[in-house]
Amino acid sequence: MSPDKTAIRIKPRQYKSDIKPVWCPGCGHFAVLNAITKALAHLALANKDVALLSGIGCSSRVPAYTSVYGFHGIHGRALALASGLKAARPELTVLVAGGDGDGLSIGGNHFIHACRRNMDMTYIIMDNEVYGMTKGQASPTTAPDWTMSKLTPHGTGQRPFQPAALALAAGASFIARGFSGDPNGLAQMLVKAIQHRGFSVIQALSPCPTYRPEHMDWKHQIREFTEPCTDDPITAAQRIQADDGQSTGIVFQRELPVWQPYHQKSPLRAPTAVLKSFEQEFAL
Amino acid sequence: MNPATNTNKQDISVALVGSGGAGVVAAGELLLTLAFESGYYGLMRKAYGPQIRGGESAALLRLGSYPIYCMDDNFDLLLALDWQNTERFAAEIPLADTSLIIADPAAGAIPPVIAASGAAVESAELAAMAGETPGGRGNMVALGLLSGWLGLDATKARRCISAAFSDKGSEVAASSIACFERGFVTGIKGLAAANITPTSSPEPRWHLSGNEACGLGVLRGGVRFAAAYPITPASDMLEWLAPRLEQLGGSLLQAEDELASINMIIGASFGGVPAMTATSGPGLALMLEGFGLAIASETPVVIINVMRGGPSTGIPTKSEQTDLNIALYGMHGDAPHLVLAALDTSDCIFTSQWAVRLAEALQASAIVLSDQGLAQSRALIPAPASPELALAVRKKPEITDAPYQRYAITEDGVSPMAVPGDAQTMYTADGLEHSPSGKPSSAFADHSAQLDKRQGKLQQFDYGEHWAETGGDGDTAIICWGSSTGAAREARQRLQQAGIPVRLIAMRLLLPARSAQMDEALRGVKRVLVVEQSHSRQFLHYLRAHFDIDAPMACLAKPGPLSISPGEIVERISNWRQDP
Ligand SMILES: Cc1ncc(C[n+]2csc(CCOP(=O)(O)OP(=O)(O)O)c2C)c(N)n1
Ligand code: SF4
Ligand SMILES: [Mg+2]
Repeated sequence: MSPDKTAIRIKPRQYKSDIKPVWCPGCGHFAVLNAITKALAHLALANKDVALLSGIGCSSRVPAYTSVYGFHGIHGRALALASGLKAARPELTVLVAGGDGDGLSIGGNHFIHACRRNMDMTYIIMDNEVYGMTKGQASPTTAPDWTMSKLTPHGTGQRPFQPAALALAAGASFIARGFSGDPNGLAQMLVKAIQHRGFSVIQALSPCPTYRPEHMDWKHQIREFTEPCTDDPITAAQRIQADDGQSTGIVFQRELPVWQPYHQKSPLRAPTAVLKSFEQEFAL
Repeated sequence: MNPATNTNKQDISVALVGSGGAGVVAAGELLLTLAFESGYYGLMRKAYGPQIRGGESAALLRLGSYPIYCMDDNFDLLLALDWQNTERFAAEIPLADTSLIIADPAAGAIPPVIAASGAAVESAELAAMAGETPGGRGNMVALGLLSGWLGLDATKARRCISAAFSDKGSEVAASSIACFERGFVTGIKGLAAANITPTSSPEPRWHLSGNEACGLGVLRGGVRFAAAYPITPASDMLEWLAPRLEQLGGSLLQAEDELASINMIIGASFGGVPAMTATSGPGLALMLEGFGLAIASETPVVIINVMRGGPSTGIPTKSEQTDLNIALYGMHGDAPHLVLAALDTSDCIFTSQWAVRLAEALQASAIVLSDQGLAQSRALIPAPASPELALAVRKKPEITDAPYQRYAITEDGVSPMAVPGDAQTMYTADGLEHSPSGKPSSAFADHSAQLDKRQGKLQQFDYGEHWAETGGDGDTAIICWGSSTGAAREARQRLQQAGIPVRLIAMRLLLPARSAQMDEALRGVKRVLVVEQSHSRQFLHYLRAHFDIDAPMACLAKPGPLSISPGEIVERISNWRQDP
C-alpha cells in the first residue's frame, strides 16, 4: 500500500466528486474531507478499490463528496455496513466516517465490537461534541455543563465519553486524535491509519461553528502529545486519561490479531460438486 | 362416513414422552432414521418443557407410506418412559378413545388429563427390561418395542444404533443394542401389527429439517455471506450454514446484534456477494430500519424469519404464523419488497432459493417466512429436484462515455449495479432519496420517479406459477399460507375422498400480491375458508386488503402453539358456518 514513486503524482481532487457539500461555511468537516482525499492521493490508491461508508449526520455526508465507492447508510450502523463489506471483499481499502453521535451514541455498540473484532479498516470519528444535523443537541462527547440545547437546558449532567479510552479498552489496535484545523497533520495520520493492519480509529476534532461557535477557539488550545506513540496499552491508557482531550497524535499502535474470514476472490462461481455433497448428507 | 377422520390411512402417529435424561428425543430420532432406512416417509416434531436443559421432552412422529406434511388429528400411540410433568404436553398430544397408551407400571399412575382421553392402556416393563442389561436404558427398549411393532429391519437398526452411539464407546452401543433387542422381541400385548407398509420401490428420499432446507436453498440461490445474531428457532439454520459457507468460499459472521447483522449483509451485498441473515420475530423487529436501507439503496438482501410465538419474547420454542403483519407492513415509508413463505420442508429449499434469485435479479429485498414447526421438524421427503431457476443474475453496467447512473430509470425498473472494484462506475449508494445518479434529492420529481421504479420492478416481473400452490376444483376454496399448507392439503384430500371437491390455494408469494392470478384461481368459487395460525387473523386481513374476493370468507384462525389439524379444517368445511 506504499505510494508508487514512479507514478505521476495523483492530485487529491481526483478523489472528489462534483457534488457540492451541504455543510455550513467554516464547518470542520470540509477539512476532514480534504484530509481524506489527500491521504488517498498520497497512497495513490485506485478509486475503484476504495470504499468509504458512513451513517447519518452532517459528517456522514462525506462519501458522496468523494469519487471512490461510497455508502451513505443509516444512523449509527456504518461500522456494521463496513464490516460486512470488508468480510466479503477483503481486498478493498475500507474507510468509515461519521459523527460523535453516530459512532458513540446510537452506534456505540458497533463501535466497541468493531474495535474488538479488529478488522483491517479505518474509522474517522468527526467529533464536534454536538449533533449538528439535528440542530444542536448534546452528544456523548459534550461536556456535562453545556446548557445551550433546549433538550438539556441544565446540561446533560453526565460525564462525556473519552473516545480514545473507549477504543483502547475495547481492543482497537491503532488510536489517534487529529484536528480539522491541521488538515495536513490529519492527512498524514490517515495515511498511517490506512497502512496499519487492523482497526484504526482516528478521533478528528472537527468544530461545528453553527452550534458550538465557542469551539472555534480550539485552534488556540490544541497541541500535539509530547510523548511518541506507544504499543503498551497501560502507558497509552495513562496518557489518554491524563490528557484533557485536546492533544493530538497517534497514541497507541500495536500489531494485534486481525479478524478476517476467508473469502474466495470470485465466490460466485458455484461449485456444484460442493452443493451436491451437502445434498448427499440428507440422502444418508 | 365422517370425512373428518383419516380414512384409508397408511400412516401411524406415535408420541414418545419422558423426563429430561430419559432420552426420548434420541429414541425418536433413531426411530425416524430407521423408518427412513426402511423405506418410509415421515415427520418428527420435538417438544420441550420450559427448562433450558434436562426438562421433560417429547418426540412426536408420524410415519407412513406416502409423504407426510402435517401431524394427524390424534396420536395412535403414546409411549411414556415416565410421567414427570408430561401433563404439560397433554394439549400437544391429542389422544382419541381409539388410541393406546403404553406405560411402565413402575413409573406410577397416568396423569388424569392424559387418562381422561379414554385411550386404552397397556403396560410394558421398560425399566425392568432395561435393568437386565448393565447400563441399559428404557428409551432403547421403547425403540425396540416400536420398531418391532412397525416391522422395521432389526439388522439395519443395530447398525443405526451403533453409529448413533459410536462416540460414546462400544459398551454404550452394545448395551443399547441389547435393550433394543429385548424390546424388539417382546412386542406389545394387545397391539396388532401397525397397518403401514414401506413404499414398495422407494424413490430417493431425503431426511432433513426445515432450517437445513432453508440453508440449502439460500446456498443454491448463490448466497456466500451471512451475518446473524443467535435466536431460537433460527440458530440451527445458522449452525448448519456456517461450515458450509466456508466450504463454498464464503463466510458467516456472528454479529453483535441484529442491527449489525442486517447492515453487515447490506455491506457484503453492496460488495457484490449475495448475502442473507436468519432471525425470528424480535430480531426481525430490530432489523427493519436496515431493511429499509436495503430497499432504498436497492441492495439485494434476504432475511429468513423463523416465526415463533409472539409478541415480545413470547413462546420462543413454539410455532405461530404471527410475523405476517410485521413482514408485510413493518416498514416506514413506501418500501416495496418481497415477502415469501415456505409451504413445507421441501419447499423451504425452493422458496429460499427463489427468494435469493429474485432479490438478486430485481435488486430487491426479501423476507422469507418459515416457522418453528417447519424449521425444527425433521422430515423424510421425496428427494427434491434441483431446479435451475431461469432468472437473471445482477444486471451489470456497460462502460460507456456517459457518466454511470446507479439509479437510472429503465424499462423494467432494474438499474445496472456496479460493485467496488469495477472501474469507472464509482457511485455512492444512498438511503437518502436520490436522483438517478445517486445524488441526494428531496425533489418531488426524483422521489416519485424512484418510488415508481422501485415498485414497478417488483410489480412488472413475471413470477409465473410459483406465487401459490393451487389445486382441486369445486366451489369451496381453502386459502392458506406457509406451514398451514400441510394440514390444508390433507383436509382437501379427505374431503375429496368423501366426495366433497375443494380447491386449495396455498400462498408462497405474499408481496407483491398477485391479484390477477388470485382472481383466476378463485373463478367460480362460492365460499372461502381462510386458514392461519394467528389469533388476530392477520392473513384474513391481508387477503381483504390486497384482493377483491367476492365470495364470503370464513376464517379458521388459531394461535400457537397448537398446530391446526386437518380434521379441524374438514370440520369447518363440512359444517360450514360464517364467522360469528
Ligand atoms: C434512527 C435515527 N434516529 C435519529 C435520527 C436523527 N439524527 C440524524 S443525524 C443525528 C445526529 C448526528 O450527530 P453526529 O453523528 O454527531 O453528526 P454531526 O451532524 O454532528 O456531524 C440524529 C440524531 C436518525 N436519522 N435516525
Ligand atoms: S451544523 Fe455544524 S456540523 Fe453541521 S454542517 Fe453546519 S457547521 Fe458543520
Ligand atoms: Mg457531531
